[in-house]
Amino acid sequence: MAPDFEIPILTTTVDKMAQWARRSSIWPVTLGLACCAIEMMSMAASRYDISRFGAEVFRASPRQADLMIVAGRLSRKMAPAVRRIYDQMPEPKWVISMGACASCGGVFDNYAIVQGCDQVLPVDVFVPGCPPRPEALLYGIISLQRKIDKQRAFGYARS
Amino acid sequence: MDASAIIAALDRAVPGSGAEALASIDQPTILVPADRLLAVCGALRDDPALRFTALVDVVGVDRLPDEPRFEVNYSLVAVDVPARLRVKVRVSGAEPRVPSAVGIWPAAGFLEREVWDLFGVEFDGHPDMRRLLTAEDWEGHPLRKDYPVQVDVPVKFDAPTQVTEEQFRATMEKDRRLRGDRR
Repeated sequence: MAPDFEIPILTTTVDKMAQWARRSSIWPVTLGLACCAIEMMSMAASRYDISRFGAEVFRASPRQADLMIVAGRLSRKMAPAVRRIYDQMPEPKWVISMGACASCGGVFDNYAIVQGCDQVLPVDVFVPGCPPRPEALLYGIISLQRKIDKQRAFGYARS
Repeated sequence: MDASAIIAALDRAVPGSGAEALASIDQPTILVPADRLLAVCGALRDDPALRFTALVDVVGVDRLPDEPRFEVNYSLVAVDVPARLRVKVRVSGAEPRVPSAVGIWPAAGFLEREVWDLFGVEFDGHPDMRRLLTAEDWEGHPLRKDYPVQVDVPVKFDAPTQVTEEQFRATMEKDRRLRGDRR
């Protein structure tokens, strides 16, 4: 704030403003694939409370979502459905791969499970753990916010 | 009712059923030749001494080094006796074929689809044989002992539908006309 005069203004760029708005309201799509979803729900509930970071609105429609949290092992049969949900989300959109199974197959090193959901989706943040604690997923979302802060809203290629 | 009593009742209902008792620790278990399976199952359901009206599960077994290679287990329950029974059928690995029990217990529909999906045992006369647990275009039958644990094939998913701006506008326009918008 400027102390010398009384006009309550801040100066910034439209770009920063847009990215500030985006990172402060990352709405995830409701997508729970396995046991990690329990930790994800716990993170959304009052004890860990992601509404502190503006991401508490789990949307049941991908059309209204910005973030996909791949919470759990992704089976080969489920992969086309998850990819379709991702394709239905409007830009800009981000993906968090939650837990060991989503990130690399985890203990399910077999024919039925996709060995890393980055074969299907462009992942922004990987959260390790089996399952990750809610704090870890919170840290993943905060890391994603930092990443969005560094990205540009208009005219530039995404970093 | 132990296995020998069930076989005695079966032999009265189906002469020459060929059923024999197998060793078991939890419930009576009988082995039936595949070509007599439907006659035996019909008798198990309808005979007043047996009354196995419910088919609870159908399970496949791959006994790979042994021949006959595949085994199909039917778990039956006689609800008002009450009693349980396990019926086993063994078929060769070269041509695993079992008659479908859908005509006797409609519950066999999904259960036999699962066994075919995972073990590749064909069920003759099944009305709707499709894959149940794996994807529709899956190759092979994963629970066979000679199926690899890890497979190195790319993950399949569909490309998103691409719509040009003209197509998009045309669809919106058509939608408006259908809704009767006057704009």
